[in-house]
Amino acid sequence: MNLRYATVALYTLTRREVLRFARIWIQTMLPPAVTTVLYFVIFGKLIGSQIGPIDGHSYIEYIIPGLILMSVITNAYANVVASFYSSKFHGNIEEMLISPMPAYIILAGFIIGGVLRGLLVGGVVFGVSLFFGHLPYPDIGLTLLMLLMTAALFSMAGLINGVYAKSFDGISIIPTFVLTPLTYLGGIFYSLEMLPDFWRGVSLLNPIFYMINVFREGALGSSDIGAGLAIGITALFLAAFTAVCLYLLDRGVGIRT
Amino acid sequence: MTTALEISQLHKVYANGHVALKGIDLHVEHGDFFALLGPNGAGKSTTIGIVTSLINKTGGSISVYGHDIHRNPSQAKTHIGLVPQEYSFNQFEPVEEILINQAGYYGVPPREAKRRAREHLTQLGLWEKRANQARNLSGGMKRRLMMARALLHRPKLLILDEPTAGVDIEIRRMIWEFLTDLNRSGTTIILTTHYLEEAEKLCRNIAIIDDGQIIADSPMRSLLERLESESFTLYLREPLAEAPKLRSAQLRSIDSRTLELVTDKHTDLGEVFSELQAHNIKLLSLRNTSNRLEELFLKMVSPEQDINPS
Repeated sequence: MNLRYATVALYTLTRREVLRFARIWIQTMLPPAVTTVLYFVIFGKLIGSQIGPIDGHSYIEYIIPGLILMSVITNAYANVVASFYSSKFHGNIEEMLISPMPAYIILAGFIIGGVLRGLLVGGVVFGVSLFFGHLPYPDIGLTLLMLLMTAALFSMAGLINGVYAKSFDGISIIPTFVLTPLTYLGGIFYSLEMLPDFWRGVSLLNPIFYMINVFREGALGSSDIGAGLAIGITALFLAAFTAVCLYLLDRGVGIRT
Repeated sequence: MTTALEISQLHKVYANGHVALKGIDLHVEHGDFFALLGPNGAGKSTTIGIVTSLINKTGGSISVYGHDIHRNPSQAKTHIGLVPQEYSFNQFEPVEEILINQAGYYGVPPREAKRRAREHLTQLGLWEKRANQARNLSGGMKRRLMMARALLHRPKLLILDEPTAGVDIEIRRMIWEFLTDLNRSGTTIILTTHYLEEAEKLCRNIAIIDDGQIIADSPMRSLLERLESESFTLYLREPLAEAPKLRSAQLRSIDSRTLELVTDKHTDLGEVFSELQAHNIKLLSLRNTSNRLEELFLKMVSPEQDINPS
């Protein structure tokens, strides 16, 4: 496996992934922008005006980082799960399986596709957020690091879902019943200090809570937990998910007979 | 002579316990045009699936141009092109895009991939359709698209799983010519088909698989020599009320001006014609109607069936 081959194969797969979501931009890029405008208007302006400042920031400013990261999470996940499952459904996963591409290039191609869509939609939401509030971004490096780690992690989660999905229902069950509750209960709309003890404990078991808090620390300079711990936990999840994805692709689980 | 494909003691047992392959051996030389035939469920597609890494084997070994597909998958895969039985492309992608992507998976850079896509789409009569979504192509066009896709990386071994299923006669002949030219230019071809005429016309060597086992593996000519009879349709100049009994062959009336003649393969046809003349039967024309491979195939996979109608 030489570098030139790996570069061409990875470029091809990435380009295919980007063209896929760009071709259907009305389904992939537009809805998050519309939904986020609604969040900003309803939760930020209408309800948020009734809520006092949190950690010295207005409520709308407090929820902006969480909403950006939520759009990154859902879009990175949705991109990979939809693309991988539709490749299985149409049969064109065979194009990759019969080719000399090793599992790590196939994984990298899907992940880059998911990350790019996550970042693009995150960028759209960030653009919309500028109409509602301006964040200081005291640690832009931390913000970008968490953005990339989160997008990569949820792209891999989408791939695992895609591997096991046997129908289009199978690709919507996890986002609906697992991902959405975890995201909403991940501290987008509230600080840990606002919760009773029980729910505070529950929040600490939610990995998305750590990601949102680190992202918020980079964007606002305030967080409920330390950045080092959160980055460590996210990195551990990344390593575990990478190993699982490579194993599944290498063994052909769900794609080879 | 270089070996293109070597299959040794290939076993496959599916998760539901179905034994699809019971230890098959197969040897295909470089440059061959090889037919792999068998009834539905015999194990043809399983064999092809394992060779192309779409199905995991249970046991045995496979090497492609000397590269073991298990120990050295990347090198082995580089040499294989596959035209599968089912459509296996994203129906919503444009035709040219499908080809460029496939080439890229094999390391062909975009510019070269574009050039090759143009070459093959033109050869297969699809260049005008290059910007169309694949779902808008006809069945025959989709088959040709898969053929073009399989050739983008210049494989030494092309495997076609029923490439002419569902295409009209004109396109079938175009595909035959294309494959013949491809084989002449040095590509080894393995073909499975239900059109036995196709296999007989195109292939030099043949293996027949039945119930997960190879039951015949020989040059096409040797296999056909095992056939015991030939049949002809005779078109008569004048109507005939009843077919006479001949000593040298069996004669059966189809209608008043058409007879079916079945002869033993060792029969002297001159003797048959003399007998016909003796019965004052005047021929307008005749046609060999044996689908020789089909008869042999049926005899081998269904031994109880008698291929001689007498």
